[in-house]
Amino acid sequence: MRYLPQTDADRAEMLALIGAASIDDLYVDVPRSAWLDGPVDLPPHQGELQVERAMAAMAGKNLHGGNAPFFVGCGAYRHHVPASVDALIQRGEFLTSYTPYQPEVSQGTLQMLFEFQTMVAMLTGMDVANASMYDGASGTAEAVLMANRSTRRHRAVLSGGLHPHYREAVETYARYGDFEIASQTLVPDGVEDLASLIDDSTSCVVVQTPDIMGRLHDLRGLAEACHAAGALLVVVVTEIVSLGLVRSPGDMGADIVVCEGQSIGNPMGFGGPYLGLFATRDKYVRQMPGRLVGETADSDGKRGYVLTLSTREQHIRREKATSNICTNSGLCALAFTIHLALLGEAGMMRLARLNHEAAQRTAERLATIDGVTVLNESYFNEFTVRLSRPAADVIDALVERGVLGGVPISRFEPDNGELADLMVVAATEMTTVEEIDALGNALAEVLS
Amino acid sequence: MSDRLYSKDHEWIEMDGDIATVGISEHAQEQLGDVVFVELPDIGRSLSQNEEAGVVESVKAASELYAPLAGEIVEVNETLVDDPAQVNADPYGNGWFMRVRIDDTGQLDGLMDEEAYQEFLAELE
Repeated sequence: MRYLPQTDADRAEMLALIGAASIDDLYVDVPRSAWLDGPVDLPPHQGELQVERAMAAMAGKNLHGGNAPFFVGCGAYRHHVPASVDALIQRGEFLTSYTPYQPEVSQGTLQMLFEFQTMVAMLTGMDVANASMYDGASGTAEAVLMANRSTRRHRAVLSGGLHPHYREAVETYARYGDFEIASQTLVPDGVEDLASLIDDSTSCVVVQTPDIMGRLHDLRGLAEACHAAGALLVVVVTEIVSLGLVRSPGDMGADIVVCEGQSIGNPMGFGGPYLGLFATRDKYVRQMPGRLVGETADSDGKRGYVLTLSTREQHIRREKATSNICTNSGLCALAFTIHLALLGEAGMMRLARLNHEAAQRTAERLATIDGVTVLNESYFNEFTVRLSRPAADVIDALVERGVLGGVPISRFEPDNGELADLMVVAATEMTTVEEIDALGNALAEVLS
Repeated sequence: MSDRLYSKDHEWIEMDGDIATVGISEHAQEQLGDVVFVELPDIGRSLSQNEEAGVVESVKAASELYAPLAGEIVEVNETLVDDPAQVNADPYGNGWFMRVRIDDTGQLDGLMDEEAYQEFLAELE
């Protein structure tokens, strides 16, 4: 049975009314050479079991984080998600509740988002966090727009260590927006003088720590330079677990903090859906994009939750809204909140330590291999090595040996020959001693 | 009867030489409800008549504050930033928004006096 609502008689009537002889007449503007000359070559329909087998056979060709030694990071990280997270987010009350438009009837959702915001503010060391953005990259672009509004300036300086995908997201927003971007080039030694690029038209400096090559940055000096010039410091964190171990951006003087929250509670999932975390200082809260949940008391004095400061938002301020985001990543934020609640503060710190130790073991092993130089002086759970051959070729050779060894920087910067031999290697609490051995042995073989 | 003048956007203006003090009217504050936030223009900024000068936000709505007269901002009421409720409590006194050095006193002809404004309000109802 085909589920097409019109009958042949319906179609004949419609064609007669517009004076077309056949459906094909509607496509006369498509060049004849582009027309299909027969049905698309697909196998005939099959039963569920057959389809499952066919799909499993196709999926079996993949080499992925679940069935191979895995050292890929650069913005998406393989972490353990407790089974309880998936069980709880699938409760009907949560799973079916979209960001509430009649918010106060959804007290459970609002309470969860309030707790989420509290966690994000504590992790980032900031005063206030919103109910989440789509992901770290679009959150970064929103941070630049917010800095432009707050300072009434229109030039953003982007560090070369910012994830290139994030930089591209900001550039996309800038293309038809009324602001300039001064992007720095990624350099292998990571030394850049961002403070010297700040002038009286600079709205913000955007810097990532740990950066795309895994290096940690003490941003206190840069924060001072920004504030002295009336610009804001936007700090981007792509690996949120790092905040269990390193000084928070808020503690270093950040004005806006944007993070990718995937690492807590959310699977890598082929790149999404992900979770943007967004936090700022109290004094900028009215320029903040996104939804914000507040705690209050009802007329009987009982605790309740509301959407607050909605006058910033699109449904009230229309074209003058702070942002066109009028939703959030609700389910991903829920997964994050449940996982972080299960970990607790001590658990988060322990998780961070395990990540760093795994990276340390991996770096120590790789440093013993001829043709490998570890470039980082500092790192959290990810570091960059210089190889004696182009990294993209080495990674392909590692895949042939069943190992997913890392990310070649050339994947982001294909035209910069200086970066061709660099590979970024990530390790997490999931990384086993056996996996490190497998990478070490395979890499030694490939480079010999 | 005061010398206060009014715009159709419900702003009031009081002249002292070429300096106009601007606020929002009793009617405007009543319609807005409790004012919770005020965004003021930068001192030194030149505004043309009816240009957006700032934002008044209440628990119910956010509205733009328009410059009733062309001129340069010479002073703003910084105390509103910490205590925006003054707009409700004392709209014609402590609740003032900004002082503007106006380009041309001829602009005043387009404004309403108290009596005309009361008639204007009566027509709105």
